[in-house]
Amino acid sequence: MGRSHAGGHGCSDEVLGGNSMSQKITSYPGHEITSDELKGGKYLDIQYKFVPRYSWAAGVAISRFLDELKEGRIVARKCNRCQRILVPPRMYCEQCYRPTDEWVQIKDTGTVNTFSISHVGTDARRLKTPILVAVVDLDGASPGMGILHNLGEVEPSRITIGMKVQAVWKQPSERQGAITDIRYFRPLEV
Amino acid sequence: MKRRVAIVGAGITLFRRRMLESPKELSFEASKMALDSAGLTLKDIQSVVSGAAPEAFDGVHMKGEYYLDGMGAIGKPHQRVYVGGGTGVFTPIGGWWNVASGMYDTCLCVAEEKMSPLHPHPQYAFWSIFDQILERPLGTTLLWIFSLEMRRYMHKYGIKEEEIAEVAVKNKGNAVDHPCAQLGAKITVSDVMNSEPICSPVKRLDVSPPSDGAAAVVLASEKVAKKLTDEPVWLDGVGWTLDTMHWTNRDLAYPEYVERAAKMAYKMAGIKNPRKEIDIAEPYDPFDYKELHHLEGLQLAGKGEAPKMTVDGVTQRDGDLPVCPSGGLLGVGNPIAAAGMMKICELFWQLRGEAGKRQVKKDARTGVAQAWGDLMQVGTVAVMRS
Amino acid sequence: MFEASSRAYEDAGIDPRKDVQSFVCCTEDFWEGISITDEYMPDQLGAVLRPLCTVSSDGIIGLATACMHIMSGVADVAVVESHSKISDVLNPSEIMSFGFDPVYTHNHLDVDPRFLAGMEMARYLKDSGTKREACAQVAVKNKKNALSNPRAVHAASLDKDTVMRSQTAASPLTELESSKGIDASIVFVLASAKKARKLGDHTVWIKGIGWSSDTPVVEDRDFGWADYVEQAASRAYKMAGIGVPASYFNLAELDDTYAYKELQSMEALKLAKKGKAGKMLESGIFDPDGRLPVNVSGGSLGVGHLLEATGLHRTLEAVLQLRGQAGSLQIPKVKKALVQSWRGIPTATGAVAVLSN
Repeated sequence: MGRSHAGGHGCSDEVLGGNSMSQKITSYPGHEITSDELKGGKYLDIQYKFVPRYSWAAGVAISRFLDELKEGRIVARKCNRCQRILVPPRMYCEQCYRPTDEWVQIKDTGTVNTFSISHVGTDARRLKTPILVAVVDLDGASPGMGILHNLGEVEPSRITIGMKVQAVWKQPSERQGAITDIRYFRPLEV
Repeated sequence: MKRRVAIVGAGITLFRRRMLESPKELSFEASKMALDSAGLTLKDIQSVVSGAAPEAFDGVHMKGEYYLDGMGAIGKPHQRVYVGGGTGVFTPIGGWWNVASGMYDTCLCVAEEKMSPLHPHPQYAFWSIFDQILERPLGTTLLWIFSLEMRRYMHKYGIKEEEIAEVAVKNKGNAVDHPCAQLGAKITVSDVMNSEPICSPVKRLDVSPPSDGAAAVVLASEKVAKKLTDEPVWLDGVGWTLDTMHWTNRDLAYPEYVERAAKMAYKMAGIKNPRKEIDIAEPYDPFDYKELHHLEGLQLAGKGEAPKMTVDGVTQRDGDLPVCPSGGLLGVGNPIAAAGMMKICELFWQLRGEAGKRQVKKDARTGVAQAWGDLMQVGTVAVMRS
Repeated sequence: MFEASSRAYEDAGIDPRKDVQSFVCCTEDFWEGISITDEYMPDQLGAVLRPLCTVSSDGIIGLATACMHIMSGVADVAVVESHSKISDVLNPSEIMSFGFDPVYTHNHLDVDPRFLAGMEMARYLKDSGTKREACAQVAVKNKKNALSNPRAVHAASLDKDTVMRSQTAASPLTELESSKGIDASIVFVLASAKKARKLGDHTVWIKGIGWSSDTPVVEDRDFGWADYVEQAASRAYKMAGIGVPASYFNLAELDDTYAYKELQSMEALKLAKKGKAGKMLESGIFDPDGRLPVNVSGGSLGVGHLLEATGLHRTLEAVLQLRGQAGSLQIPKVKKALVQSWRGIPTATGAVAVLSN
């Protein structure tokens, strides 16, 4: 085994010794099933549904966050050591590794950090209306503290990074204490 | 006590959208090939490390237990390691610590993935990687974080989509020479730019496919390796890092987690100037821009400078720093865990001069493989030397 | 997790942001309801931008991983974490069933997955000649022991008859012989010998550790004998240089996910000769005041079952004993402890560790 030269160029097929590994391998294992074969039922298949069900405890920080969303407010947590204002809020600062200190209400406006126009849904099916998604850095929180949300009331081609946006809330009676209590963010009129 | 660890054999199955073989069978095929190539049998293997990503694809709970017979792990100490997409490079890292610690002299490392069982589309499994309360209700799909990151990267460094598309062209082209490749093809930048927009700025040809496949390597301690082969490939550096789950709070334009993992691996391998000392790189390329992003994290290109390297041809097989000569995930396929392992196998063959038509022109002695995973979080890096 | 790790770090006197080089979490996606659970691990452990990985296995295998990190030189201090949040899971039994082979086993068996434990118990009783009531006695012992354990959720004062007459889980296994899930998070800090000498005065040493897996094809297994325990134990014993396990240990914390498992494991661990564990139990050897107290903590039957954290639970109870911090559970002069775990149905994977102070 081994290379038949000491250094210099890479190898072409002729230079490789006859007993080298990749020449010993004459075929690579695996049988492909094409989509036609799948649809045509050429191979036996078993179908089943696996539905694991969960009821997640939201935790202290997020529970409060959701309660405040229901009231039309966005809250963050402050770590007095690093002075960061953290959103999504958390009861411990992951940089300082200590409990965070206080709740801070922040604004429901922000800046688009990045965005995308999605033509596919969760299961890879094409959407009739594209979803506009963005990371919005919220005003009042530390720089770069973004949350994931949708954009609305804006022409996709006019979205830019750095654009100022404002949350559009559901009516108080429609709010449930969920991230969707904010319908989307729309451009802030200057 | 740190012992030197070598890779002495490698095996890989075809990567296809849908394979007949079960996870156990795919694991077996890759493991057998790796053992045969090392001249070993299962009796010689003292421990097994496996890697496979979400159970959601298979609809099986505890899939590390389910497939272990296909990996030859019956009656053996077996660990399944799991760091999302980073698993493929992390699996041999798991093997590394089995041997470097002195606990075992030989270790079989197998990475397997079957994404096809999940209907209607494997993509759906990724819905559950997002925060269940703050993100899933928005209708998340994995494509979102990539597209958001791609746009941020482009914006920060003024990179054009056409420059990024060059990576897809290179890798799919390279994959034509990989016998297991799912999507090897000669395409052009124009093809990429005109392909169907999926999640702007990501277009169909910017992204790798879901796949089924498995790959494996055999690791051995220095003493054993030297008995088995004249050309062991040393796993000289390993590194891994996981960033915060709050991905929306991070600078998406630069993969800090890759930098830290790379520095950990380079330090271990005694590499001080990666750009000069690394001959060949296999960074993780599930999307074309990711190859660039990761090259920068790996310290092989300055921030925002990887696109120029690509456009200038530096990363071609006959260039000064060949990148993804295998064809990467874009060309060979992306069975999540097995994809990273495919890169390890590729470096193994390249560093021994056995990569056939894919062999890079320069005399490659030191290579780096890297995988990425989770919510833009995990960097796993391995430095290999012949 | 934050609470458990904060306490562990304080106990060890370390700052995770600076002093730890590796974090290992033991989780399974479907118990969490998140694909790729390691995503959600770093922050609360102080592991942001640090090497953290997930090993999908029992906690003791996580400890083994941390040991290998330290032994290979990649870490001086390593942290191992595992937890159970079973209360978030609405259909745990169904999820457990999905651990079976999807083609051969799972699809046509629409029953409580504990049927596998029932089958195994029946075979064990036959092969070992153990009396049925010995299994019930395990539940009696452990639930009674748990009455003194501040962590226990399922402690009770029962007798064998009550246990055997309780509702059938999967015959011959009854509900009172089947541990119930609870929530908890457990974190350990491990260090190399050199570092440990600087870090604390309550060091417990891992002298040997081993883990093994038997076939996932349930029909192929020898139900009567726990091969995986025997294999794991022989590796741990070899590492620790133990010749005669039966007389070596002062204390053991063993798998009692189902009552018969404690007896079956004892024999595979060579703490009792084949077929003798039941008799030894009846004679009081494994009671708190016996020669080899087993599951003084109450085990999973008395405290509660912790999914993948069960192995860490066994370890925790043994470590507290070795440190002399077990309070009302304390057995005097504990120097050498054995801990053992099993990953539960439908696996045949388990781990063993030898600890001493």
